[in-house]
Amino acid sequence: MSIDKETVKKIASLSRIAITEAEADAFVPELNQILGWVEQLGEVDTSKVEPMTAVIPNKLRLREDVVTDGEIREKILANAPIAEHGFFAVPKVIE
Amino acid sequence: MTAIYQLGIAGIRSGIADGDFTAKEVAETFIARVRAAKPLNAFLVETPEHALAAAEATDKAKAAGEDLGKMAGVPIGMKDLFCTQGVETTAASGILKGFVPQYESTVSANLFKAGAGMLGKLNLDQFAMGSSNETSAFGNVISPWRRNDGGNADLTPGGSSGGSATVVSGRIAPAATGTDTGGSIRQPAAFTGITGFKPTYGRCSRWGTIAFASSLDQAGPMAHDVRDCAIMLESMAGFDAKDSTSLDLPVPDWEAALNSNLAGKKIGIPKEYRVENMPADIDALWQKGIEMLKDAGATIVDVSLPHTKYALPAYYIIAPAEASSNLSRYDGVRYGLRDLPDGAGLQDMYAATREAGFGDEVKRRIMIGTYVLSAGYYDAYYTQAQKVRTLIAQDFDKAWNSCDLLLTPTAPSAAFGLGEKSDDPLAMYLNDVFTVPSSLAGLPAMSVPAGLDGKGLPLGLQIIGKALDEQSVFNAGLAIEERAGFVAKPEQWW
Repeated sequence: MSIDKETVKKIASLSRIAITEAEADAFVPELNQILGWVEQLGEVDTSKVEPMTAVIPNKLRLREDVVTDGEIREKILANAPIAEHGFFAVPKVIE
Repeated sequence: MTAIYQLGIAGIRSGIADGDFTAKEVAETFIARVRAAKPLNAFLVETPEHALAAAEATDKAKAAGEDLGKMAGVPIGMKDLFCTQGVETTAASGILKGFVPQYESTVSANLFKAGAGMLGKLNLDQFAMGSSNETSAFGNVISPWRRNDGGNADLTPGGSSGGSATVVSGRIAPAATGTDTGGSIRQPAAFTGITGFKPTYGRCSRWGTIAFASSLDQAGPMAHDVRDCAIMLESMAGFDAKDSTSLDLPVPDWEAALNSNLAGKKIGIPKEYRVENMPADIDALWQKGIEMLKDAGATIVDVSLPHTKYALPAYYIIAPAEASSNLSRYDGVRYGLRDLPDGAGLQDMYAATREAGFGDEVKRRIMIGTYVLSAGYYDAYYTQAQKVRTLIAQDFDKAWNSCDLLLTPTAPSAAFGLGEKSDDPLAMYLNDVFTVPSSLAGLPAMSVPAGLDGKGLPLGLQIIGKALDEQSVFNAGLAIEERAGFVAKPEQWW
């Protein structure tokens, strides 16, 4: 299956990556080459195989439902591009 | 006496214990080595004050007669994928420029607790995505090694742990941390003539390590030799409640149990690793490795891992899929870069930030990952790849019925020149053909330097073991190390 420029633009949009027309053009052969190569997996009969979920058998642990941290607002905001009044600031999203 | 900068972890440990030198002298020696190594572009941040403070603590503890930690007085390089409190951490990506973690990764915290100091943060492929360290936003790392043809071409140290490989092989740091998702410890170790160890998935906590592909990412040591790797891994590993896939098991005393007598061990030679166009040097080295293990008492058996050829394509679905999900956190809101064009809304800000902040290879993998996870393609690509991953793991399980360990080359070539493969993503991906299968199965594996090719460049052999049997991997590595007599070092030209 081969992907076209429109599909590349759709993937970029789903990925939240802005791309130019020229970049979209460049991605078409590149992604097709890589996807064409991975398609050889289709040769493998996996009708009786379960997909891998954990490489090393390991039970997911549960912990007590209690607060284990907190009072670290300043640390959490320390790397924010813009923080105001103890919040992350983003462009207005309500019209 | 051997110059301090030529010493590894064990050498520094005994020198300090015997009073031959102080930890402070060790730190000062390597700080000077780091300063002089700028042409190699291995460090993104230098932290001499950290190395000195750890050294002073070691000297004080020794003077007070206290027990010293396993890494006491050893100043290491830290791959810049580990978050270090108060020290800029970028994963070599523009999108994290200026990010200063407010917390310490578990692996780095464990190493510091064991007495290690930090010389600085090491360059890598951006978000550990690459096999040549050419995808870093902060420039290529240059290998200390050069071909013996007099051409002086700059070579890759391999990737993604390229900075780590360069500083250890150039004797700029006695050891360094690495991370391995599909071969990022083992391939650079092989390219630079050092020893690199990827433990069983779950041995080292992933907490505070910047995520690439979470079901594959594992930290491990890169060091001079097998013993140093054992000492360092003991200090890095251990259960951590903050990582849901951390193994709740005691850390064995691997160093104390090192034993290169392999009597009774069976070593499998997987026929599928005999790939087309393999350089004769590498095939010959593999044969030599077989002889070395026989000499150490092991029995050699032929084994088959029939799904090997599907490991790389499965990896290049699974790893980008996980990456596309993990890297969705870089949105310009909470940390890192924000690009807000005039009048842009939130969605445009996300897209502009990610366009400006991610490098080409990172974008490529996010796009592939997004595609294979998208509605209508998920089963055909992602689920199929995870099923093939099961088959690859079953191949190993079946092989363990007839052997204890596997011996293979680490990489299909010696180090290549910078720029030689960077235009062809697929050719670059093929570098990891021998390392990816064991990553997909979560198995411990190491690369040991075992010889030089015709151009005077190092080649490595890989040993793969059963899950949790790091000890046998170390022991077989030691048997090769003792017999290979690999003493070649890059000449200092920088």
